[in-house]
Amino acid sequence: MTGQPLKILMVALALVVIAVIVPNTNSFVILLFTRALAFAILVMSVDILLGYTGLASLGQAAYLGVGAYATAILATKYHIGLGWDFLLVVLFGILLSAALAAVFGLLAIRASGVYFLMITLALGQCVWGLAYRWNSLTGGDNGINVRERPKFGGLDFGNEVTFFFVVFGFFAASLLAMYTLVHSPFGRSLLGIRERELRMKILGYNTWLHKYIAFIIAGGFGGLSGVLWAHTAGIVSPVNVELTTSVDALLMAVLGGAGTLVGGVIGAVIVFGLREYLSTIVPWWQYVLGGVYVLTIFYLPTGLMGIPERIRQYRQRAGQKDTAKEPTRELKAAPH
Amino acid sequence: MTKVLHRTAGSLMLIGAFVAGAGVESKAAEELRIGYLAPTTGIFAQVGKDMVDGFKMYLDQHKDVLGGAQVKFIVEDEQGRPDTAVTKAKKLILQDKVHMIAGGLLASTGYALAPVSTAEKVLYVNPVAAADDLTQRDFSKYPFHIRTGWSSSQPSHPFGQWACEQGYKKIVAIGADYAFGYEVVGGFQRAFEACGGQVIQKIWPPLNTKDFGPYIPTIKADADAIFSLMVGPMSLQFPKQLAASGNKKPVIGGGTSYDEFVLPAMGDEVIGHVSALQYSAAIDTPRNAEFVKEYRAKYGKVPSYYSETNYTTAGMIDQVLAKNQGKFPGAEEFIKQLAAMKFDTIRGPVTIDEMRNPVQNIYIKKVEKKKMFGYDKDELWNTVIKTYPNVNQFGQFKKDEFLATPVYSRDFPPCKFCN
Repeated sequence: MTGQPLKILMVALALVVIAVIVPNTNSFVILLFTRALAFAILVMSVDILLGYTGLASLGQAAYLGVGAYATAILATKYHIGLGWDFLLVVLFGILLSAALAAVFGLLAIRASGVYFLMITLALGQCVWGLAYRWNSLTGGDNGINVRERPKFGGLDFGNEVTFFFVVFGFFAASLLAMYTLVHSPFGRSLLGIRERELRMKILGYNTWLHKYIAFIIAGGFGGLSGVLWAHTAGIVSPVNVELTTSVDALLMAVLGGAGTLVGGVIGAVIVFGLREYLSTIVPWWQYVLGGVYVLTIFYLPTGLMGIPERIRQYRQRAGQKDTAKEPTRELKAAPH
Repeated sequence: MTKVLHRTAGSLMLIGAFVAGAGVESKAAEELRIGYLAPTTGIFAQVGKDMVDGFKMYLDQHKDVLGGAQVKFIVEDEQGRPDTAVTKAKKLILQDKVHMIAGGLLASTGYALAPVSTAEKVLYVNPVAAADDLTQRDFSKYPFHIRTGWSSSQPSHPFGQWACEQGYKKIVAIGADYAFGYEVVGGFQRAFEACGGQVIQKIWPPLNTKDFGPYIPTIKADADAIFSLMVGPMSLQFPKQLAASGNKKPVIGGGTSYDEFVLPAMGDEVIGHVSALQYSAAIDTPRNAEFVKEYRAKYGKVPSYYSETNYTTAGMIDQVLAKNQGKFPGAEEFIKQLAAMKFDTIRGPVTIDEMRNPVQNIYIKKVEKKKMFGYDKDELWNTVIKTYPNVNQFGQFKKDEFLATPVYSRDFPPCKFCN
């Protein structure tokens, strides 16, 4: 645990650097970072399940969708959430998604492994089906345009820089909240479940309840991500709820390194960067993205966040050559 | 002496070169930046290629000069996803500072891009995305949007009338389950029922259905004809499986069911099928023949309507800029001028109505196997069997009454004769 304060310091420093540099770049880069950070909240919520609880969910886009659709419908049909009541909409989006997760959790948490994957996939597709078919509410395939961003006090979210800071603020707060969560006794028990559920049960933990609560919390953060996404993208359509979006979130978490929270953010920034920035420069961006995925899985099974560990490992091995025969020390358990 | 002469000649030449250079420079000073959005990756990549190729062909023919302006043509991949289209459009506007955005394939993409044009006050020239309401009920929301292609239900209105003239009384409609499908089928139903026909059943297979097994047997036996609206791979599968089921009824359909984008890949089972659209590669005019031959020589395939509409759109931009001596007149003025012009295009004469949708010929086309334009092989062509001239987006209906009804959807027009 000696490196922990250093890590926190580095993350804080990185956040400050982003907050200082990004607003001074061109507006397209600001837009991309806003998108990446809004989506990163969803990726972190996936990470709580995947990295800390050991549950791979393929339906996380459903919560983003619920948050985003709620925001879009309230804004366009009832003009709610375009002033200070935006904060209420944020709260509402979080609660609504958490409530949906509470229902879905009852069905999904009983399973684990590949069965959990399939149940969450099916539930996610139910939400997609609703978004696609419930034309009068969701606009069907065409989706809903969110034409206005909130405006209150001296703040006009329509300004890209202001809105970047809004998303950045919610993102930083989410990161802090989730960090606190996974380092709380509750978070520790989740780790225990991930490592060996049976032992946790024998120790007297109600593992079902722990997983259920983690699932609901992840859903809530997904909802927050959705509320921000609706205003970031300006359009909410079934594309946001479809399987690809869930897979994206999962891949970003794995790419950055599951069980690290920050890894998911790095994953999100890299994927958004390649998909939306590199694609404006070269037509073969898909090969790069594919290459990054393949190389990561081959050489960095613990994700990009595993790089320092990898280097340490390499150095250790080099050191061991000199002092041969020293018993191989077991590496500190790198999450997944 | 000779030295002096040389020097003078040299300096004269220098001056000459300078003047010439300056001349070229002032000529190239007007730059027109066009940001173009098409799906160049993903499942719609092939359609996207047709779109870009059509536009590019015009630019290549005119050496990248439209109406005197040097064109910078920037293509961005919208990946067939509305929110990606929005991001890319913003990139084009904010980073590349384009004068206009053009393109967008899906109706949903059109609905996503139009608000961007409003918010950023940037011209959006829309050659493909056919969503009806962009130029109908939502028209006033998008002052910087102008359509150069078509609206989904536009060909369906005359087509419904044509179906009546064929003596069809009862028709079963089967269409892809999304907004574009509803609009094409809805337009047909309204027109067909207005002249005494009955749509007795509507079947909605999901988008990208490959197996029509569950749907084909449910088609009612007492129908006189089947109306199909398919897109992409569905267009190939449906006629094949319908023929395999032993169908003897005439089959008619929306334009995308038999467009040249899918036609070369189709089998003989589609011979005799009839569809309606504002373009057919088999329009028998010298201009179209020339276009088809040149396009085919260049890109190795017969142009689809996606190619034609983009080629034509580039031509329209050319014409407007020529009027302004190569200077971009600003979005509002551009729209005003474009809407006031008459265009003699490959698909026929085109004008723009007051809600910024083209008024144009609608062709009723029958799939035939024959030789055309001097090609020596028998191929499938969409032979034009009837032309409805100057059709606007409301067709035979009055504009005000039309706009008072809701946009075509799964439930509108209601299926009165479905029991």
